Amino acid sequence: MKNNKPQMNRREFIDTVSRKVPTWLAFVSAFGAGELILAKDSDYNPEDHDYAMGIEIHNCIGCGRCADACKNENKVPREHSYFRTWVERYVIPPEGEAIVDSPNGGIDGFPKLKEGTEILRSFFVPKLCNHCAEAPCVQVCPVGATFTSRDGVVLVDESYCVGCRYCIQACPYGARYLHPETHTADKCTFCYHRITKGLLPACVEVCPTGARIFGEKGRRSSPLRRFLRFNDITVLKPGLNTQPKVYYAGADMEVR
Amino acid sequence: MTHTLLAALTSLANPMAPSGYIYPNEFELHWSLLIIVYPYLTGLVAGAFILASLERVFNVKALQPVYRLSLLTALAFMIIAPLPLLAHLGHPERCLEMFLTPHVASAMAMFGFVYAWYLSVVLLLEIWFDYRKDIVNWGNEKKGFMKYVYKALTLGATDISKKSLAFDEKIGRAITIIGIPSAFLLHGYVGFIFGSIKANPWWSSVLIPIVFIFSAIVSGIALMLIIYMVTSMFRWKHIDMKCLNKLAELLLYAMIIDFGLEFLDFIHRLYESEESIHILAEMISSRLFISLIISQILLGSLVPMVALVVARFGKFPSEMKRILYFIAALLVQVGIFSTRWNVVIGGQLFSKSLRGLTVYKVDLFGLEGVFMSILLLLAPLGVLYVLTKVLPPWDDTDPGAAQIQK
Repeated sequence: MKNNKPQMNRREFIDTVSRKVPTWLAFVSAFGAGELILAKDSDYNPEDHDYAMGIEIHNCIGCGRCADACKNENKVPREHSYFRTWVERYVIPPEGEAIVDSPNGGIDGFPKLKEGTEILRSFFVPKLCNHCAEAPCVQVCPVGATFTSRDGVVLVDESYCVGCRYCIQACPYGARYLHPETHTADKCTFCYHRITKGLLPACVEVCPTGARIFGEKGRRSSPLRRFLRFNDITVLKPGLNTQPKVYYAGADMEVR
Repeated sequence: MTHTLLAALTSLANPMAPSGYIYPNEFELHWSLLIIVYPYLTGLVAGAFILASLERVFNVKALQPVYRLSLLTALAFMIIAPLPLLAHLGHPERCLEMFLTPHVASAMAMFGFVYAWYLSVVLLLEIWFDYRKDIVNWGNEKKGFMKYVYKALTLGATDISKKSLAFDEKIGRAITIIGIPSAFLLHGYVGFIFGSIKANPWWSSVLIPIVFIFSAIVSGIALMLIIYMVTSMFRWKHIDMKCLNKLAELLLYAMIIDFGLEFLDFIHRLYESEESIHILAEMISSRLFISLIISQILLGSLVPMVALVVARFGKFPSEMKRILYFIAALLVQVGIFSTRWNVVIGGQLFSKSLRGLTVYKVDLFGLEGVFMSILLLLAPLGVLYVLTKVLPPWDDTDPGAAQIQK
């Protein structure tokens, strides 16, 4: 009977547990297991997505809200030479060269045209990184800091970028700049921090006319799918074979 | 013609204003003076080495007086060449990532390996094998600290028997034979870094690597001509006119090929007349008028070519020939620097929207400034001075190098 005596009684057990379990929990969380537990909670799988954007040029009113929202959302420097997205105004006269401008990316609106300017047609074109499937910037990055994510977004790892600016030279669309504070290449990420949580990119969210359509080409329920189905689509500089994933509806031959 | 002149004058009068439409991110020029200095320096490396290899592999005996000097010059410029690149990086502390975790599809990443190959396998080995006998001898003759420097430089290989020297000769020749395509690769590759950018119609040309190689040869020969004349002057030695004439001849031939290739590139662009032709024509006639038409073509190519022809094949006293050669070689350096300027800066002055031109304002101070560039251009000469003290390249027993009577 002596051998059947319990090794600790109820009081001792509760005492031990109340002291040891919190200690272990503190230990485990200090070494990052907490992150692993959290990661399990998220069911986001990048392989399931292939993001892209559509631009309905006839809907764009050139208000510049998108460029402004982008600067706010992504802490893009406010100076006039750093833009992740901007809006261009095209004025095509009956004869001669097209007049194109984008003062402060269109954020402050557009100045009045010179009096007497004859206009054949005019429109606004929002521009941003095209997240090319065959991205020249990804190809030339010497350290692989610019890469295509598994969900099809071209991103820059700012902790790895050496700041050589080869990618800026290689981008045919002028979509990249060197961030004056981080000294690394920077560009549109489709607001990656938002879209992976199921939100829309800031520029799409604020567009008052629905000129920007965000979604996934491969998903039947995506608004982008509908946009691609009912419009004549073009991409910018198709001759360069960069295979952009920003699709334009109603883009004029003058748009470069 | 009137239009061209008018555009040039307008741009001279108001050079600081961008014109037409440029993408908002294009206001800042991303590759500036340092990136001009860099291909200029690597060009000199490749050119000087190719000149040295002419003596070694193709037995151009007239070039004997500049053989070792060319090798040391190539090494001196090679040591400094990566510095402008490094200084230009946004994060120079991460530069080794290009070697440790290179992105193999990137032309720039692979250049690191081409550079390392050329420096370690070609230049250092060739110089070591060529100097080994002298290094062993100096190690035995010199006293004090330098004795140990030379002892260390032998790397323990002190055998200078006939058989051993014959082996050195054989290996040295083999390295030079590998070295020639390597030198072509080195500077051709620099050209490829620009030429493979399809987004940029000014750069994107299959001819660019070849033009780079020949302009490298031109700049290298001209540099050796200058260095040979200046060093001879300071050493109170007679200049070997046979060698100088040969250098001038080779310089002229290389210039004819280089100019021909660039002319072909120009005609090809003009005839194809692609979408970009209007903006490029506007750029040449305004922003690049001085650096391209005046500095590169007129002063840097045509004038020195005429001077070389006149001096080499005319009947002048050697004194006059030497002056003409020297002026021609200096002008060639100005011309080649302008070539690099026109490639690097020209490629960024027009918008990729092909609708406007931006401006480049040169800084005086700072990392990307004029003073830093001058320092980087002069630094190789300092390195060369030290190298010639440690490894004297002159064979003063040569009758051609007779002492001038003071």
